[in-house]
Amino acid sequence: MNITAVAVNVLASAALIFAFTRSREKSIKALAAAGKMFISLLPMLIIIILLIGLLFVLVPQETLERFLGEQAGIFGVLSAAIVGSILHIPALLSFPLAASLLEKGASVTVVAAFLTTLTMIGMVTLPLEIKELGKKFALMRNGLSFIAAIIIALLLGALI
Amino acid sequence: MMNNNTAGQAAKSKSWLRRWLPVLITGLITLAALQLLPDAKSAFIRTTTSYALEMAVILPAVLILMGLLTVFISRDFIARHLGSDSGVRGMAISFLLGTLPTGPLYMAFPLAGTLKAKGARSANIAIFLSAWACIKLPQELVEARFLGPRFMVLRLVFTVILVVIIGLIIEKAGKKG
Repeated sequence: MNITAVAVNVLASAALIFAFTRSREKSIKALAAAGKMFISLLPMLIIIILLIGLLFVLVPQETLERFLGEQAGIFGVLSAAIVGSILHIPALLSFPLAASLLEKGASVTVVAAFLTTLTMIGMVTLPLEIKELGKKFALMRNGLSFIAAIIIALLLGALI
Repeated sequence: MMNNNTAGQAAKSKSWLRRWLPVLITGLITLAALQLLPDAKSAFIRTTTSYALEMAVILPAVLILMGLLTVFISRDFIARHLGSDSGVRGMAISFLLGTLPTGPLYMAFPLAGTLKAKGARSANIAIFLSAWACIKLPQELVEARFLGPRFMVLRLVFTVILVVIIGLIIEKAGKKG
């Protein structure tokens, strides 16, 4: 248990108690929504945890460092950003995966690029974005987000 | 006879299969890998248990926070306040509304589409969408837990700055074209 975990649990408990004093009915609905989110995340959660385990036992540290570590250079950052743009992993579950990559020797820049494109860019949702907001808007937003993700990643790598 | 009910059940079991089949495949690959590398078993168990425990400690609380925000802040509330202001205030409001976890990204697009039709600034629409996509307040706590508060805060600050810049660039390009 570390301080963040304690803080989140205290915050959630306090919010839940406060919510119950405001509206019992809505609070029960909120708990049901949380349960539903958990059930929909569960398969992916199990997969991610298994993948982290496999990453630790199957991928040698040197191999990971060569492709995703400092020595991978801009190539590593770009490939992480591209993989992040294509994959569709819920952000909540991407953090433990990112942490395991860092622990195994991936660079901060690579991990930040992956996390940022993962959430900012949606290949899966692109058709819907085009339909609602137009091709120009959607392509510009996603394209600029890719560049932004690289900038964010480089800044983070330089500062951490 | 295929009535609605059995059709619904068939669809349900099909999507159930689609959700759990990848789990099964990953599980089988894992079992095979551990059969081939018996020495790796203890490291595998140590790593997976530690990550599973960390998730178990933090995930329920985060989901409860998201559930509460989803239920207590209605989509109407967001639609009412979004795009009502221009200038820096409007941008800040679009941004903050986007960070509230009120649903997945595909729900944000129709909302943004309505806004566009109402004549909101395209910078604000882009800021709202990007914030909705990548900044969710309860998620920041999970990021801090797994990647450290410094990583989380720096990434958040840079993301906010760049999201605003992207919004302004899109707006400028839209005016020209």
